[in-house]
Amino acid sequence: MSARDDILNALRARRGGTISAPTPDFSVVTERPWNAAEKLDRFQRMIESVHGEVHRVDEETWVDILADLLKTRGVRNLLAPLKHTIGTALRESDNPDLPELLSYDQSIEHWQPSLFNEVDAGITSTRGAIAETGSLILWPSADEPRLMSLVPPIHIAVLEADQIFATFQEALGLQHWSRGMPTNALLVSGPSKTADIEQTLAYGVHGPKELIVLVLEG
Amino acid sequence: MTEAATHLSDVRQFHPRAHAALDNPQIRANFRKAMDGLMDKRRNAFAEWDLETLRTLGANVRQQALANLPDLLEQLEKKLTTNGIQVHWARSGDEACEVIRDICVARNAKRVIKGKSMVSEEMELNHYLEEQGIEALESDLGEYIVQLAEETPSHIIMPAIHKNTGEISDLLHEKTGTDRSHDVNYLTASARQQLREKFMQADVGISGVNFAVAETGTLCLVENEGNGRMTTTVPPCHIAVTGIEKVVGTLDDAAALLALLTRSATGQHITTYFNMISRPRQPEEFDGPEAVHLVLVDNGRSSIYQDDQLLDTLRCIRCGACMNHCPVYTRIGGHAYGTTYPGPIGKILMPHLLGLDATRDLPSASSLCGACGEVCPVRIPIPDLLVRLRRESVDGDRVHESRVRGHGLKRSTWEALAWKGWQWLHVRPTLYRLGTAMGARLRRLQPTTAGAWTRYRTSPRLAPRTLHQQLRERQTGSTGAIPARQRGASQ
Ligand code: SF4
Repeated sequence: MSARDDILNALRARRGGTISAPTPDFSVVTERPWNAAEKLDRFQRMIESVHGEVHRVDEETWVDILADLLKTRGVRNLLAPLKHTIGTALRESDNPDLPELLSYDQSIEHWQPSLFNEVDAGITSTRGAIAETGSLILWPSADEPRLMSLVPPIHIAVLEADQIFATFQEALGLQHWSRGMPTNALLVSGPSKTADIEQTLAYGVHGPKELIVLVLEG
Repeated sequence: MTEAATHLSDVRQFHPRAHAALDNPQIRANFRKAMDGLMDKRRNAFAEWDLETLRTLGANVRQQALANLPDLLEQLEKKLTTNGIQVHWARSGDEACEVIRDICVARNAKRVIKGKSMVSEEMELNHYLEEQGIEALESDLGEYIVQLAEETPSHIIMPAIHKNTGEISDLLHEKTGTDRSHDVNYLTASARQQLREKFMQADVGISGVNFAVAETGTLCLVENEGNGRMTTTVPPCHIAVTGIEKVVGTLDDAAALLALLTRSATGQHITTYFNMISRPRQPEEFDGPEAVHLVLVDNGRSSIYQDDQLLDTLRCIRCGACMNHCPVYTRIGGHAYGTTYPGPIGKILMPHLLGLDATRDLPSASSLCGACGEVCPVRIPIPDLLVRLRRESVDGDRVHESRVRGHGLKRSTWEALAWKGWQWLHVRPTLYRLGTAMGARLRRLQPTTAGAWTRYRTSPRLAPRTLHQQLRERQTGSTGAIPARQRGASQ
């Protein structure tokens, strides 16, 4: 018999009979009284507590604010989506302080070493955020591939303020995740970190050292 | 000697290792400091929560998943297959190693990069792959350090917790040429550089799974470093390996367990990354592995599943809180146990994986203080399970048959006979009274030492008067106390 059948048969032929299990009551993880402003405040406080950097911006100003942030950090280039409005807005901007804009328009196999060694920053959109834990929701896509938010030392994420959910459960429900998951979905809460050396925090161990969140308000 | 054999002899050496650890001030200081920190962090992380209700939710979510385990596994398999992820099953750790080898061989893979996976430690996968000529490199910083040191993890969440910065700096210097430094940022950056090269060269990435969601066919990974994301995204092939009990029904279930897992483990409200994988790379996508596999490993779990009480063991979400709060673990550290999973969870799980005979000292390496059971986010009654395993070690339950492999190993004819005599005496009131009265009379003959028992304790002394005598005196009022029966009646 195959391993599969052996295992499933052993489980089905359980000696103890059926297992009783009370129905879980999820209210303890779902009921939160926060209004929109409270959710934004909480999101900001939580993600800042884990070394995330938050800037509240609007449609008019965000490109210039970003250009400043990148300039002070000496960022030479920025990987940006081609189709998403974030990418188009950046490409249309005439702000001279913006770094060179790169695009992820070919398979990783064709440019892995330069992605790993030469890209300073990546910018992506988000699908919203979670106030309770200070988490960004990312669904990477062909326009914003998975490594865009992982490999460059700086990740900039753009979040629309009205897309902040109270809890992960709320996001799962209101965005109907169970109807169809993407290849990869992520919650990102701060930059990459480790405490594996004597519990001392160090950032950027494998992923970005810095996470900058631009919250688009209004 | 094979590694499995070394492994076994290590488990049997529990007592010498525990003593050595107790005598090592460095180990004790490292663990004490780390565990104190973790306990505080956990407490703070749950400060604004109704923790008991949350733990009940965690327990019920896990229990429900176990109640439907075979159905959920089939649903998971179906969903993953539809999504393009290949599912494999393995009865034992060895079988799982072979499955993984076959996948590697079919791809002509020589270099494997690994994200953290306790199941792969349980299978001793690295060692196996190396024997097959396949390099397996750990990428979690703690695991990487432990692997360079040719050791095993001493904690399931923080594998290198037994080492301090100086030791790690020396190790990195010797093995990788990194300059000696006490600057953790520098050491971390240097490891990042080395491992990035390895990620680019790797043919296969192997990871564990924290929750496998049946409803959507999604593999969830919890991590802080990003090495899990790298492992599951950069190499052309990703193999996830997990125990069969890790499946849950819905994304909501996974989210509820996530809330408990990270707070219980490290006191974080959430880890940096919660990585959900449902598919290999799609034709229009530019990165991600072209092939994704899931290996479902039984390795003793289906036999734990048979018993209503032992079943609770399978609720575990591997948070490590029971270790962090264990007074024994904190003092002797993770290596003394000599098992993949140390601490309280190890004591209730390893006997199933290796047999009670091989793990004979583990169930009794506990003061039954109950801390582990109190902090467990899925309410596993660890102390009760320890007592159950102790009973099975001596086949001491005449009503329920022993079920754990290697049970009865500590049963001694003399001890059994002594208890038989005890039982015989206790169902014969006259003889019993006579016996205890005699004992009280002859109490001066009682020896003052009783072997190991009195090494750290004084020997208990028989009372001058038996309980029956004392009660009788009370009831007749000869000591002036109110008779118990009257007191009850006057209320
Ligand atoms: S037994 Fe409970 S406390 Fe221990 S690791 Fe498992 S879930 Fe965590």
